[in-house]
Amino acid sequence: MAGLGNSLSYIRRRRAEERAVKAVLFLFALVSILTTLGILYVLFQETVLFFREVSFAQFFLDTRWTPLFLSQRFGIWPLVNGTVLVAAGAMLVALPLGLLAAIYMSEFASERVRRVLKPFLEILAGVPTVVYGYFALTFITPILRSLFPQTQVFNAASAAIAMGFMILPTVASLSEDALYAVPRSLREAAYALGATRWEVATQIVVPAALSGIAAAFILAVSRAVGETMIVAIAAGQQPKLTLNPLESIETMTAYIVQVSLGDTPHQSLAYKTIFAVGMMLFLMTLGMNVASYLLTRRFREVYE
Amino acid sequence: MTTEYGVRFEYGVRFEPNLAHRKALGRVWEGVALLAILLGIAMLLTLLVQVFLDGLPYLRPQLFTEFPSRFPDQAGLRSALQGSIWLMVLTALLSFPLGVGAGIYLEEFAPKNALTRFIEINVANLAGVPSIIYGLLGLGLFVRGLGLGRSLLAGVLTMTLVILPVIIVSTREALRAVPASIREAALALGASRWEMVRDHVLVYSMGGILTGMILALSRAIGETAPLITIGALTYIAFDLRGPLDIFTVLPIQIFNWVSMPQTEFHQLAAAGIIVLLALLLTMNAMAIWLRNRLQKRW
Repeated sequence: MAGLGNSLSYIRRRRAEERAVKAVLFLFALVSILTTLGILYVLFQETVLFFREVSFAQFFLDTRWTPLFLSQRFGIWPLVNGTVLVAAGAMLVALPLGLLAAIYMSEFASERVRRVLKPFLEILAGVPTVVYGYFALTFITPILRSLFPQTQVFNAASAAIAMGFMILPTVASLSEDALYAVPRSLREAAYALGATRWEVATQIVVPAALSGIAAAFILAVSRAVGETMIVAIAAGQQPKLTLNPLESIETMTAYIVQVSLGDTPHQSLAYKTIFAVGMMLFLMTLGMNVASYLLTRRFREVYE
Repeated sequence: MTTEYGVRFEYGVRFEPNLAHRKALGRVWEGVALLAILLGIAMLLTLLVQVFLDGLPYLRPQLFTEFPSRFPDQAGLRSALQGSIWLMVLTALLSFPLGVGAGIYLEEFAPKNALTRFIEINVANLAGVPSIIYGLLGLGLFVRGLGLGRSLLAGVLTMTLVILPVIIVSTREALRAVPASIREAALALGASRWEMVRDHVLVYSMGGILTGMILALSRAIGETAPLITIGALTYIAFDLRGPLDIFTVLPIQIFNWVSMPQTEFHQLAAAGIIVLLALLLTMNAMAIWLRNRLQKRW
């Protein structure tokens, strides 16, 4: 009887241990939710404080952003303009190159060639962004200035080009996944109808994978919008409404860096502006990430 | 737009009779596509060569033994190197149990319910949040909220949150690669779920988990934006004394030097980049070595 009692308590102890471990692991998983809540809480709290001093009209209707000057203006659009200008420029580089790279990797490259090329793209993605910033400022900008003499030392184009190459691997690898997921039967049907390899790739596989490719693009834009160091180094600190990529501009992220580097007192309005700008940035990237997620899910459903 | 050959319009394939011409065109485009990849690689190589040429003159012992200085000849990244290494070690210690634990929970224990699904979507979304937003979180929560100030600890906590989603995702992938037969065998012999995970699944997936961990850390060591936002300084001229001390890291020191107008400082920045890249290369080599050595093929 004593033996039975022992094994019963052994089982109970094991069950208790099991429950404890599960509870602890659950708490660890909850950290991710707490992180999101934390982000929302911090951004909301300071943004609300910001809008107590600055009206929505000043934020959304003004066309100048000069919170660090004596005559403070709080129009967000110059920062949004700079952000979108650089992101669009980066996509002009990353989109065609990334898609072509993906088509080549998925439809044409032999296993051996893939194994040689893939690591290079991975390294390209792994280079720290501060290094791309250095490259943009010390290498790309001088080239731009010799081609277009009116180019300013800090300019949107140089940052955009460096950023384009930085996100190229993201576009390539996500698009490749989408292309790869297109079933063989579609390709074979097209071959049977007499299409060439390139025709199959561009007129069958790419259209079939379009939602996946679109998801990859949106995710890449979201990364470009949130990218900080390249623009902080190479694009300048002059928020303005312009479409000229050779001019100095300022992005939302670069503004946050600019304020963080200065010794801005807590509670000051300048301190609150970075949270308001951060909120704007967060909402923009969140919207794009959700759109990308929904697109990916749709494209998965088609061929499962 | 359907004709008697309805299919061809739906898929958009236009059959031109001249096959040789079409094949030649295809080959040209194939070359263009290959060129796109080669352009990316050429860019990478140019970047590396450029950085090495710029930085080589300053790649000297003083780079590692000296603190930053107003005079490029006397400047080094001693404090930045200390900060980066400490940041990496402490972030690893904190993020490993948290990330791997969360990954294990989601993959092995979580019931299939709305909460689990919510956590999963949330992790995926966190991976897409710009790192500078984490910096704002760290500033509001750790620097001000917990009163940690611009300390290394605030940096470690912030960076842990940045890389947590990456670790969770790679841990889950590593766990998923362990075949069901291993789990079933353990459970059939009377192991509890946790015993099965601890004694069997984790053992087999440790290679993959550690690889993911190293890759996450190599991201952490190159991250700059969140640390600038929480106020990591750019100029520190003394040794790091503890986790509550103010600190700087390699990428911030590099950023600081790039921001200077003088060419000498740009060369110093390039030398700093060489050190940073060497560190990253070492970590990635370790990851590949681990992957080849510990990862089991089924």
